[in-house]
Amino acid sequence: MQQRGALRFALTRLLSAIPTLFLIIVLAFMMMRAAPGGPFDEERAIPPETAANIERAYHLDESLPRQFRRYFGGLLRGDLGPSYRYPGYSVAELIGGAMRYSLQLGALAMLSALILGVGAGVLAAVRKRSLLDRMVTGLAMTGISIPIFVIAPLFLLVFAVYLGWLPASWGDSESGLRYVLPVIALALPQVAYVTRMTRASMIEVMNSDFIRTARAQGLSTFTIVRRHALRPAMVPLLSYMGPAVAAVLTGSVVVEQIFGIPGLGQLFVRSALNRDYTLVLGIVIFYATLVIVFNLLVDIAYGFLDPRIRRQ
Amino acid sequence: MSTFAALGQLGRQLGGSRVVVITTSALVVIALIAIVGPLFSPYTYLDSNLDVRLLPPTMDATRYFGTDDLGRDLFVRTLMGVRITLAVAIVATLVSLVIGVVYGAIAGYAGGKVDAVMMRLVDTLYALPFIFFVILLMVFFERNFLLIFVAIGAVNWLDMARIVRGQTLSLKEREFVEAARLIGVSPTRIIFRHITPNLMSVVVVYVTLTVPQAILIESFMSFLGLGIQEPQTSLGSLVNNGVRHTEGAPWMLFIPASILAFILMCFNFLGDGLRDQLDPKERSG
Repeated sequence: MQQRGALRFALTRLLSAIPTLFLIIVLAFMMMRAAPGGPFDEERAIPPETAANIERAYHLDESLPRQFRRYFGGLLRGDLGPSYRYPGYSVAELIGGAMRYSLQLGALAMLSALILGVGAGVLAAVRKRSLLDRMVTGLAMTGISIPIFVIAPLFLLVFAVYLGWLPASWGDSESGLRYVLPVIALALPQVAYVTRMTRASMIEVMNSDFIRTARAQGLSTFTIVRRHALRPAMVPLLSYMGPAVAAVLTGSVVVEQIFGIPGLGQLFVRSALNRDYTLVLGIVIFYATLVIVFNLLVDIAYGFLDPRIRRQ
Repeated sequence: MSTFAALGQLGRQLGGSRVVVITTSALVVIALIAIVGPLFSPYTYLDSNLDVRLLPPTMDATRYFGTDDLGRDLFVRTLMGVRITLAVAIVATLVSLVIGVVYGAIAGYAGGKVDAVMMRLVDTLYALPFIFFVILLMVFFERNFLLIFVAIGAVNWLDMARIVRGQTLSLKEREFVEAARLIGVSPTRIIFRHITPNLMSVVVVYVTLTVPQAILIESFMSFLGLGIQEPQTSLGSLVNNGVRHTEGAPWMLFIPASILAFILMCFNFLGDGLRDQLDPKERSG
């Protein structure tokens, strides 16, 4: 019975994600078409016949609804169209090539943020108001306040240029060491957020009645945290995972730029500046899908963990 | 109670907190220096003198922060950047404040189906990686100063709408709203004359937390070269320029970067302190 309720909840959530995604595609498509200037505008005027030929080749001469139908039909088949500025490459190929690095960096950053953040948050909560707690909360606030594009170049300067411990740019090295600085820069703000959230929810859980009962039974703080408090304290963290993915994707745009990583973020900025419309559109849709799917997974996980949510 | 009276009361209520007083004074000092400081320098933000390129900071010759790669005075440019960053952030926050409060108050007051549809839309928008749309906007429609405000404001109103709606839901059950309704005050008037002034305290807290977000977005855009255009500058574009000269001229990075981080920290601590003051239940430190 309970399982069926959860399954139905998951299904409704899945269905509600479809209009969102459709809305994004329409919005991005309209924006691309409304933008002044075309991708083939050159410094030199090209002969009208050539322009007409190019437009025909990319179906730009058709009516807008037809173009959208064609694009959308392609999307359903997983075809994001050809790139305007990298002739011979399809958008899907370009995204596929760049995706690997961004996803690796993002996953590593999220993982380290979770491990470090939960650890620090629990320690601070258990030793509430101690010197340790003050240091952790102060550091977390600092971490939230310093933007990635400030942290990353500073780290680069200190650890790669002055100390020479780590490679300064992605191309300098083949080893795993080249991941260290980008991942740290990407993870730090998230570590700070996770720490603050864990600390807050942990303090709340530690004040609840069932923890008092556990204390009355004479259990050690360590056992209480591990066996009773940790799991309920983690639930609010789950809802942060959606926004966190969006934040890491955004941050990765900066980090890739600074460290020269040939990932999706760099591709996005470059294609936007080049007005490579199909590529930009493809990347936005890819990012949006990623974020929506992640939010969906979080929602569903929430529904399984907390039956009260399903009933709404 | 008028909006101003509500703000006055709020000010008295919050005066007691140390964090709030310290961060507010720090921000006021920074803003004052940014406004007055350039008057004390013989240079302007766009004077470029190629004989004095990449000059390190010194106390003499009034080159307090050194010069950049084009020989422009960084003291004046940094203060200029602070001004623009703060201005963009404040205007963008006002945009999101207006949209968020109106939207949230209407949804909360209307309730029922209207509320459900309006908040569903907020949820949907919430799931979007908005920053990428902002980047698209900036690239496609040329870099327009006005567009920066609108784009950042349009991204940030969602939180405000949610919070205002929640508060409105509980406020509209209170006696004074009931009374207003009974004597035939129109819904619009109830929302803007009776409910909104009572939302002030919550709104003020979220405004102080929205400003750093707006600063972050603006400097992020400027960092990518999509924000403020040269020779105008903001802290983000100064940092961006500094990154390119880290090895030869680290001050070009360090100075604007630390000022940016300091401003952000002040706003975050201020918002946190205000929240603690208004909601003792969440007081944690």
